[in-house]
Amino acid sequence: MITNIVIAGLGGQGVVKASDILADAALAAGFDVKKSELHGMSQRGGSVTSDVRYGHPEHSPVLSPMVPPGEAHVLLVLEPTQVEVARPLLHPGGLLIGPELIEPGALKNKKSFNVAMLGALSTGLEIGELYWQQAIQANLAEKLHALNAQAFALGRARGPS
Amino acid sequence: MTEERLLLSGDDAVALAALHAGVRLGTGYPGTPSTEILETFDRLGGHAQWAPNEKVALEVGIGSAFAGARTLVTMKHVGLNVAADALFTATYTDVDGGLVIVSADDPGMASSQNEQDNRHFARAAGAPMLEPIDSQQAYDYTWLAFAIGERWKIPVILRLTTRICHAKTVVRPRGVEQRRSLESHETSTEHGKTEHRFRRDIPTRVMIPAFAKPAHHRLRQKLAEIAAWNEAEGPMQEYGSEARDQDGDQPAPKLGIIATGVAAMHAREAAPDARQLTFGLTYPLPLTRIRAFAAQVERLLVIEEGDPVLVDDLNAAGIKAEGKPMRYRFGELNVERARRIIAGEDSPEPEPAKGKPPELCQGCSHRVVFEALRDLNCIVAGDIGCYTLGVLPPFSAMDTCVCMGASIGVGLGMRHVLPEAEARRVVSVIGDSTFVHSGLTGLAEMVYNPPPTGHLVLILDNGTTAMTGQQEHPGTGRSLDHSPTHQLDFAGIAQAMGVQSVVLIDGSDKTLSLEERIATQLARDETALFIVRQPCVLAAPKIRLYEKAAAGERERRCAALPEIDD
Repeated sequence: MITNIVIAGLGGQGVVKASDILADAALAAGFDVKKSELHGMSQRGGSVTSDVRYGHPEHSPVLSPMVPPGEAHVLLVLEPTQVEVARPLLHPGGLLIGPELIEPGALKNKKSFNVAMLGALSTGLEIGELYWQQAIQANLAEKLHALNAQAFALGRARGPS
Repeated sequence: MTEERLLLSGDDAVALAALHAGVRLGTGYPGTPSTEILETFDRLGGHAQWAPNEKVALEVGIGSAFAGARTLVTMKHVGLNVAADALFTATYTDVDGGLVIVSADDPGMASSQNEQDNRHFARAAGAPMLEPIDSQQAYDYTWLAFAIGERWKIPVILRLTTRICHAKTVVRPRGVEQRRSLESHETSTEHGKTEHRFRRDIPTRVMIPAFAKPAHHRLRQKLAEIAAWNEAEGPMQEYGSEARDQDGDQPAPKLGIIATGVAAMHAREAAPDARQLTFGLTYPLPLTRIRAFAAQVERLLVIEEGDPVLVDDLNAAGIKAEGKPMRYRFGELNVERARRIIAGEDSPEPEPAKGKPPELCQGCSHRVVFEALRDLNCIVAGDIGCYTLGVLPPFSAMDTCVCMGASIGVGLGMRHVLPEAEARRVVSVIGDSTFVHSGLTGLAEMVYNPPPTGHLVLILDNGTTAMTGQQEHPGTGRSLDHSPTHQLDFAGIAQAMGVQSVVLIDGSDKTLSLEERIATQLARDETALFIVRQPCVLAAPKIRLYEKAAAGERERRCAALPEIDD
């Protein structure tokens, strides 16, 4: 089957970066992957969502790059005001991971909040931790690696089991 | 193909293919969703440059192709309107090097002023058009576009859309040994070399009527040959079950879908069991193949994003095809909309939840300008860029926005016909990159046909093409790769043109308020240009780095100069 994940937030929060990391991790884990979002105007502080879909490359390759509305298995929301905005994207039986999971004071740098949220997401996905670490390193400057590895670990400890 | 699996956006896939195919020159003008193609091509080591606008980019591209070099020209859909003058005659000419024009359309208008469908341009200009369904095809069709273009010496349009440009999908690039060479290059000793020499060929390149008349006949002949090639060897995929009944007969499946571009992916997901025909060369069409497909199904449905281009072509050719209800002409398609089209569902769709709209950044240099224009109750002719957000609260200080550069002409038009008291309130607002793109001719119009009350143009010069992600332009003094080059002097240009009042304003200078300056100018019957200069708050740190690097380079060069004794 195809796994559908939507990450939602506001422009500047690192929604697209988080989805890049997730997509790279899924690719490294051997899945067929597609991801999609809108650029441009939305970067100016507006609502942003990014769709990531993955499946077995032979048995269930991904077709459309967009998650159909109401069919996200997991909805990861980085900003409290966007929870209700994005909720219609979630499948009725899907999992919502909201920003209240990680209190801002728990992180050394609040810019790594998106990666902490990925840590929380990671516990429910069949993607090995090694692939996550590689993807984080591939998508961030080296000086940020240690900080984000900590943020990921913190999120992973709080993720739904 | 290699075992290498890369997760690439369509834009990056085009850039990688251009690099692998040995493209000598990439040129274009930034525009969402096309911008990343040239940026990536540059980052990978290709020669990429921003042109002042899309028309100049295509003209440079035509010259490069006439000189025998593989050339890539990129733009967003509305950019092709600007370049159309060049396109419509370039298709009459013989280009030696492959000339591939990327048109990145924006159905749904994620970041555009309209959702025009550039498939019409292929038909109107007589340019073959390729449309990939994912990043792998974006990579493959870039190669194919060069092969078709060089075989028939014709410019080829590679049409992408937002969900092709910006969606990331898996790409397996060609192995090293398969790169650079194309069929036509292998049979020609002149091509495939990095040196390109001028070859004089006046009748195919000088489009005076005596040469253009036979050239038009040649174009139609080329398109007929390309259509025949498309029927025989064109890129095509057929999906769906080959179900047979107990007697081994093959009953006609009820539903057959024809879909192109990303819509083909939505349609396959929406109706996995339906027969589906998808083809990559969408102009000229493989009508014989489509007719054969149509004969095998009971219901032939065309699922296409945007205008009813394909369905109209099929029906005009006598292939009875069903299109989508009008409501699906607006906006992007997705799997859910494809399901509705297949089900013949024409009831109102659920409204997507309203998110937070974008806004001018905190600390944005444009904010103070729109506060002043709002407080002065100006009639503001606006333009295309971040500053178009001045139309939204709390500013609500923009009254028109049409196309690149329109602020100046539209403002002048209003000044000519409005009663004097209202005419005096009219101001044109344009960004620095947009001014270079299409504002210079507007300025010429202002000094040539000045309204009785004069006019005021504001260039909001934030030192970058901000909206598309902070690209350089001729006004920044830096090339695409941020290295120093000649910088246009806006004030000097305006003075040389004869603008009566030219004022350079430091946006951070609070000694004289912008509001007072504008109010004073509006009372005068002068033509005026205010250049309000303050770097984009997002770009400023990078601009400082570029300037520092350039200064360091200058010092090194000066130190290396031999000393001269007088």
